[in-house]
Amino acid sequence: MKGMTLIVKTITRLLLGFIFVFSVSIILFGHITPGGGFAGGVMLACVFILLVLAFGKKTALDIVSEKAISIWDSVGSLSFLEIALLGFFGGFFFKDFFSKGSPLKLFSGGTILWSNISIGIKVFASLFAAFMALAIFRVRRER
Amino acid sequence: MILLYGLLIFMIIGAVIAIETKDLLSSVISVGAMGLALSIVFLLLSAPDLAIVQVVVEVLALIMMLRLVVTREDVTVAHRYRYGEVFATTIGLIFFGVFIVFASIVFKEMPEFGNPLLRVSRQYITEGFDISHAANIVTAILLEFRAYDTLGEATVIFAAIVGALVILRGKGRNI
Repeated sequence: MKGMTLIVKTITRLLLGFIFVFSVSIILFGHITPGGGFAGGVMLACVFILLVLAFGKKTALDIVSEKAISIWDSVGSLSFLEIALLGFFGGFFFKDFFSKGSPLKLFSGGTILWSNISIGIKVFASLFAAFMALAIFRVRRER
Repeated sequence: MILLYGLLIFMIIGAVIAIETKDLLSSVISVGAMGLALSIVFLLLSAPDLAIVQVVVEVLALIMMLRLVVTREDVTVAHRYRYGEVFATTIGLIFFGVFIVFASIVFKEMPEFGNPLLRVSRQYITEGFDISHAANIVTAILLEFRAYDTLGEATVIFAAIVGALVILRGKGRNI
């Protein structure tokens, strides 16, 4: 996989930053506007998959390596579990221990924002890992 | 409402084409068209969260399926047995009839389209904003009231990805 033509590379270079910022905003504002951790995480995975498709797998693996993907995957799922376990300080599993804040602000809704961020990281890492498993491992075995 | 039924018919046609066509690539493409129609249906039923998730997941799944289909040889089994096909059609018709009978019984009991029961959910809708202080009620329900479900979902994704990586990786590891 050497990457695609110059047209695709140029368009990708122009659009990639916007898609990245949009996906991060969908994760961060998941408790205010439609969206959330899952949709934003899939979008973030799509950013890196676009990078793989346009520039070849080496460019994407320089940014996020195989080991880094697995570390991010574990970090995402463990931090979500951590948020659930920290509720024990308030009394029970999944207790909303954070301050609620005023509605319609970014830091409102207690643990929802942090759960969204951890789920976003987790979904991004898992879906990108699934794509890389299909893209890298088979190619390595065939050639 | 007419647009909704048109989209539903379009989705059914797409599903039939996806199953019946011989070419794997056109099958994948018709699955993609079906998913996009489903996302428009979600938008029409005023569920933007679901529509976003549906579009994005559909695109990602389409890329993965295309990657699988394009690089592989066509491995569809073409030969059919005549008696086996007659048997399969008879069994299929019998089960279709049984499904119709039971579905007609069940659908009489179910609430009307657009008028759900809302026993527990009514409390989420009326008091959800005061309890969670999150403006998006869908996220509030997913991560506040039903966070156990979301934790289980995350665990399922984690297990599936770990399993896929273990199966697909080229080199083994000595234990």
